[in-house]
Amino acid sequence: MTDSKDENRKQDNWRKEMKGAEIAIKCLEREGVDVVFAYPGGASMEFHQALCDSSIDVILPRNEQGGAFAAAGYSRVSGRSGVCMATSGPGATNLLTGIADAYMDSVPLVILTGQIPKQLIGKTAFQETDIIGMTRPIIKHSYLVMDARDISKTVKEAFYIANTGRPGPVLIDVPKDVQQQKVIPELDVELQLRGYSPFKKASDVEIETVKEAIANSEKPCIYAGGGIITGEASEELTKFARSYNIPVVTTLMGVGGFPEDDPLSLKWLGMHGSVYANNAANECDLLLAFGARFDDRVTGPLKKFAAGAKIVHIDIDRSEINKNKRADIGIISDIKYFLSRLNEKPFKKEYAEWHKQLKEWKEKYPLTYNKKTKELLPQKVIDTIYRLSGGDAVIVPSVGQHQMWAAQYFNYTKPRQLLTSGGLGAMGFGLPSAIGAKVAYPDKNIICISGDGSFQMNIQELGTVHSYEVNVKIVILNNQHLGMVAQWEDRFYGSQRGDTVLVNQRVKRPYPDFCTIAKGYMIPGREVYKKSELEDAVKEMLEADGPFILDIHTQYYEHVLPMIPPGKSYKEIIIDRE
Amino acid sequence: MDNQHQHTISVLVENNSGVLARIAGLFSGRGYNIDSLTVSPTEGTGLSKMTIVTTGNDEVLEQIEKQLSKLIEVLKVTDLTGSSFIERELILLKVENTTENRSEIMQIIEVFKGKIVNVHINEITVELSGRSAKIDAFINLMEAFGIIEIARTGRVAISRKPGATQEY
Repeated sequence: MTDSKDENRKQDNWRKEMKGAEIAIKCLEREGVDVVFAYPGGASMEFHQALCDSSIDVILPRNEQGGAFAAAGYSRVSGRSGVCMATSGPGATNLLTGIADAYMDSVPLVILTGQIPKQLIGKTAFQETDIIGMTRPIIKHSYLVMDARDISKTVKEAFYIANTGRPGPVLIDVPKDVQQQKVIPELDVELQLRGYSPFKKASDVEIETVKEAIANSEKPCIYAGGGIITGEASEELTKFARSYNIPVVTTLMGVGGFPEDDPLSLKWLGMHGSVYANNAANECDLLLAFGARFDDRVTGPLKKFAAGAKIVHIDIDRSEINKNKRADIGIISDIKYFLSRLNEKPFKKEYAEWHKQLKEWKEKYPLTYNKKTKELLPQKVIDTIYRLSGGDAVIVPSVGQHQMWAAQYFNYTKPRQLLTSGGLGAMGFGLPSAIGAKVAYPDKNIICISGDGSFQMNIQELGTVHSYEVNVKIVILNNQHLGMVAQWEDRFYGSQRGDTVLVNQRVKRPYPDFCTIAKGYMIPGREVYKKSELEDAVKEMLEADGPFILDIHTQYYEHVLPMIPPGKSYKEIIIDRE
Repeated sequence: MDNQHQHTISVLVENNSGVLARIAGLFSGRGYNIDSLTVSPTEGTGLSKMTIVTTGNDEVLEQIEKQLSKLIEVLKVTDLTGSSFIERELILLKVENTTENRSEIMQIIEVFKGKIVNVHINEITVELSGRSAKIDAFINLMEAFGIIEIARTGRVAISRKPGATQEY
C-alpha cells in the first residue's frame, strides 16, 4: 500500500506544468544522477536555474573540456554514466575533445547542451553552432529536442543507449525556447528503440566451438581489452584464465581486468608493452581476443600480427569482428555471459612447453630501468608511488611518456584502477578526469600523474579542485619537454627538436613554476629535484589532508622502453636505451 | 583497390530528421563510395526505405553493412546483391532534335518503351524507367543527337521473394 501511495505522490509531482529545463533535470534525478559537471551560458542557464531546486550537485569546471573529461572520469571509475552540460556555441565546441575521448574508449556519457532558440537556428545567430552535426562522427547517438514534451522520453533513451551494449556518449541538444516551454510532462514513457538491441549472447554451439579450439591448442593466449572492464567481467576472466591455465595479456584499456600480480599475467602488449606480452600474443597458436579491437598501437602491421595463430574474437559490437583483423571464430556476445558459460565446465591443460617459454621471456626481458643511477628517473617516481600508496590507488595519467610509465611500473590488480585516454590519446585528460573520479568515489585514493605539457592543457581545473575540495593528488613528471614527441625525434628524426621544448631561456628555473601557480589556487605543493628527496615528498603528498601537487623535475632524455617502432612488428622491438 | 564490386543495399530506417546525415557521414568519414542513394517514406509507421548503391571490396562492403546496422535509427540492412531482386531507375532526359532526325529519335524511344512528356521545336523530353543497364544504353544512344539535360533518380530495389524485403 505504502508503495503505491509513494508512487502516487511521485506521479503527482509530475502532473503539473513545468518548464522543459525543469523536466530535464527531474529526468536526470530519476536516472539516479547525483552530480553534473556543468558550465552555464546564455543557452543553458535555464538548466542551471532548474538545478538550483534539485538534489543534484553541480560542479563548475573551469573550461567545458574539463567538464566533459570530469564526467567521463566519473564514468570510467564507477561504470555509471557521468553527465556534463554546456551552453551553445563555444560551450558546446569545448566539449568535443572530451566527447571524442569517451567515444573511442567506449565510456558512457550523457551530454546536455543548450541550443539557441528554435526560430534562430540556421540564422548564424550569436553562439550558434550545429553541435549535432559536429559531434556526429564521435557520438553513439544524439538528439535535437524540438518540443518539451519529448524531453522525458529523450533523457530515458539517452541513458539507456549510453549504458548498454558497447557504451558511449549520447548528446541531447535543447533549444532555449524548448527549455522554457511549459508543458505537463509525459509520465510513463516507454522506450521505443526498435533499431537497437544491445543484449547479445553467444550460442551454445559458439561456446562449444571455442572450447574445441582451446582443446586443440598447445600455446593459447588471452588478449583482453577494455571490454572486460566495461563488461564488468574481470572476475569471470580471472576465473577463466586460472581454471584453464591460459596466460593473459591485456591492452592498455584492459589493464586491471586481470590482476597483474598473478603468475599468468604478462601485463600489457603493444608499442610500449612488455616484450613477453608482445611475444606471447604474436607467437601463440590460439589468440583469444576478449573485448579488444586490434588497435594499430597493439598490432603494428596487421598481416604480421599473431600470424600463426587461430584468432577467436568475442565482442559485443558486431562491427569490430573482422574490422581490423580477420577472425577465424567471431562471436558477438556479452563477454561476462560468454566467460561464465566457459567457466561452467573448465578443463585444465599443462601447456608445459609454452609456460616454460613465457617464463624465460619474463626473466630475460623484464620491464626495468636504471635503478643504480643517482639521477631521478621518472620510472623511479612511479615505482615509489606504487610502493608507498600500497598499490590500491586509482591512477589517472594524462597522455605521453608519463602515461606509459604509469602503466608499466604500477602493478594493477583491480578493474578501473587505471583510467587512461587510450584511443584518443588526449593530452590534458589527467587532471579533470581525476577530479571526476574523486567526485564519484571520495573514499578512493585518486592520483593524477601528468607531464608538464599535458598539465598545462587543463591547468585551470586546479580552480575546480580547490573550490569543491576535491582531494586529488597530482604528480607532475616535469621534464620541460613534450617528451613522447621528443623521444620520436630522438629515434627517427636525428634529435632535431621541432617545437617540443618547453624550457624558457629567459628564466633560470623550470618553467612555469607549478607550485606557485598551485599556491595561487590555494593548493599546497612541493618541488622535487633529487632522488634522495623523492621518498619523503611522495609520503608528504599521500599524507596530506587535501589536494597536493608534486612537481618532480626529471630529465627529458629518458625514453619509454620497450618500443616497437611504428609500422614494425614485435620482432623489431627496441629494448636498449641507446 | 582490387576486387571491387557494386552492391545494392536496402536499408530500413526511422524516418527522423538527421538519419540521412548520419548515413552519409558514415560513408564520407570512411572514404566509402556512394554511387547512388534514394530515400523515401515506406510502409509501416515512421519508417523510410533507403536504397544505397555502393562499390567496394569485400572488407569494405562487410564494414558498410555492419556500420549501418550499428546506427541506432537503422532497423534493418539487407544486401540485395547475390539474391534475386528487382531494381529500377527513372530518368527524365532532354534531347535536341531536328526535322531530319526526329522520327529516328522517336523510334528509339519507342523501342525503349519511353514516354515523351514535353516537346519544344528542337527539343524533346523523355521519361524512361528500367534497370540501370537499360538506362545507360538509352543515354548512350541519345548522346549522338545531343543531350541537353539528364535527371536520374538512382536505383530503387525490392526483393523478388514473397513478403516484405525487410521484416522487423
